[in-house]
Amino acid sequence: MSQAPILSCKEVTVAFDGFKAVQGMNLLLLPGELRFLIGPNGAGKTTMLDVICGKVKPVSGSVSFHRRPGALDITKLQEHKIAESGIGRKFQTPSIFAGLTVMENLEIAMSQNRSVWATLRATLKPSERERIDEELALIGLGDQRHLRAGLLSHGQKQWLEIGMMLLQEPEILLLDEPVAGMTDKETDKTGELLQEIVRKRTVVVVEHDMEFVRNFASKVTVMHEGKLLKEGTMDEIQSDDRVAEVYLGRGKGRDAHAVG
Amino acid sequence: MTSIFADRRRLWLLLGYIAAAAVLFCAPLYLSDFRLNLLAKFLAFAIAALGLDLLWGYTGVLSLGHGVFFGLGAYAMGMHLKLQASGTRLPDFMDWSGLTKLPWFWEPFKVFPVAVALGILIPALLALFLGFFTFRNRIKGVYFTILTQALVIIVTTLFIGQQAYTGGTNGLTSFTKLLGEPLRSDTMKTVLYLATVAVLVLVFMLCRYIANSRMGKVLRAIRDGENRVRFLGYNPATYQMMTFAFSGALAGIAGMLFVLHVGIISPSMMGIVPSIEMILWVAIGGRGTLIGALIGTLALNYAKSGLSEAYPDFWTIGLGVLFIVVTVFLPGGIAGLIRSGAEAVRRIRGRGNMHESGAHSVLQGSNRSV
Repeated sequence: MSQAPILSCKEVTVAFDGFKAVQGMNLLLLPGELRFLIGPNGAGKTTMLDVICGKVKPVSGSVSFHRRPGALDITKLQEHKIAESGIGRKFQTPSIFAGLTVMENLEIAMSQNRSVWATLRATLKPSERERIDEELALIGLGDQRHLRAGLLSHGQKQWLEIGMMLLQEPEILLLDEPVAGMTDKETDKTGELLQEIVRKRTVVVVEHDMEFVRNFASKVTVMHEGKLLKEGTMDEIQSDDRVAEVYLGRGKGRDAHAVG
Repeated sequence: MTSIFADRRRLWLLLGYIAAAAVLFCAPLYLSDFRLNLLAKFLAFAIAALGLDLLWGYTGVLSLGHGVFFGLGAYAMGMHLKLQASGTRLPDFMDWSGLTKLPWFWEPFKVFPVAVALGILIPALLALFLGFFTFRNRIKGVYFTILTQALVIIVTTLFIGQQAYTGGTNGLTSFTKLLGEPLRSDTMKTVLYLATVAVLVLVFMLCRYIANSRMGKVLRAIRDGENRVRFLGYNPATYQMMTFAFSGALAGIAGMLFVLHVGIISPSMMGIVPSIEMILWVAIGGRGTLIGALIGTLALNYAKSGLSEAYPDFWTIGLGVLFIVVTVFLPGGIAGLIRSGAEAVRRIRGRGNMHESGAHSVLQGSNRSV
């Protein structure tokens, strides 16, 4: 390996009441990489993201976040500390704040001092307003800025959340099925957004939609029953017999998203 | 554009607040002594309601234990007044219980500013202490609410049991003077009333500042999705703790003023029923809007003093029915009703603004999916 990884998960095992959702999983991410995590239902993809963002603590294994000042042991940090250190997470269902306006959602998501005292005295500075305006233009919600986020459509909520993630400026961004439940048109737009996102940071995407994954020429990690099955380009993955057996199945990859 | 309407609306709102404050400040001119005293008591309650609204309406943390914080503030002031009334002798109930020396923890309450400071600090610190062990351990929702009820039972039992130190079931009463002046004189009553209005105005402005600040937005975000806030890098526990402590402090201030107006504090006034009643003020007024908490407190207390005189048996049942009706049919409370009324008028006039729609405070589509 020529380049040092930004995130390294080694032999990660997660158990829920004895059931091993993830077993001895290894995952190395290089800075600036876009990585897709695929696999059938229950393969442990989402659990893996949960481990990286601290929502779930593994029973064994290590997760290190290699930042410039030094490596951080993720498994020992609280969620908000992990988020603050630069790992952002977008959940599967859009989880924006329904009672806040689009603008307010973005305002609190923005990278900033997040202590009570700081937010109590914070005012929206012109530079911050500019950042938010730029983001609104990117996600195409400029006209909805004063609308309560709960009133947005499903696709708009997803974009708002992506916008929030971008303003949070994480070094590593974890996206869980960003195009689930979207129309074709919405999916295309999300794809464009994703291209934008990838240019600046390391991204991990859990995705079922194979057509969507194929749009990106990047590395794919296949998980099965909590273990690493195969890692490689989409072509390598599709030509792998074991992957075809457990995941792509009968359709030979053509309509594999129907499996998920 | 919308901003012109928003500016105009803000101007009207400001004028409304100034008018309301003027009406309150002038009340001694047009209200009888009895009515003024009643209003003073209700305005003291409103201070507690504002804190509760910030905690429940904005942050989504339901406390059914604010009677305790109210009571602690009230006792702090009560102890000071009792010491003033007793002069150099021991307070009467201590004498009866066989104490010969003033307990050490009564000593600081001899000094008025210290008593006031403790009346704010003790409830705030107790709330902070409780919040530290609950919010940090992610005890929330109904479990937290049950814990606050337990707190009420513990504290009231303690106060009733320690008769020699607290006055037991009878509480503290027979106060005579404050800062050397007779407590029951007309001038003192007017001064105390005006002080209450001044404190209420200050507290209202402070709460409004918090609610409109970025912190207020984070609080509402915690209400909508506590976990999501965590993954944005905020520690919800700190925010909840601070808000809980702040609302505890406000309840303490309310309690101190209450004692000055009513002249008695006993454990029954900090028990379960008063704690729940406080929540009703906020619920009926409209949680998530500060003015709603104020209106709710006044409306419910006036209804109570009117109805409980006429129909003493019916009142508590009526209160329960009112709570159910409001929760089911009017989740936004009185404030929500006024707001949707105003919106309907604006829509009929044909200049409804998009961002006004569905501003209905709390209950719409909270996102708790994480």
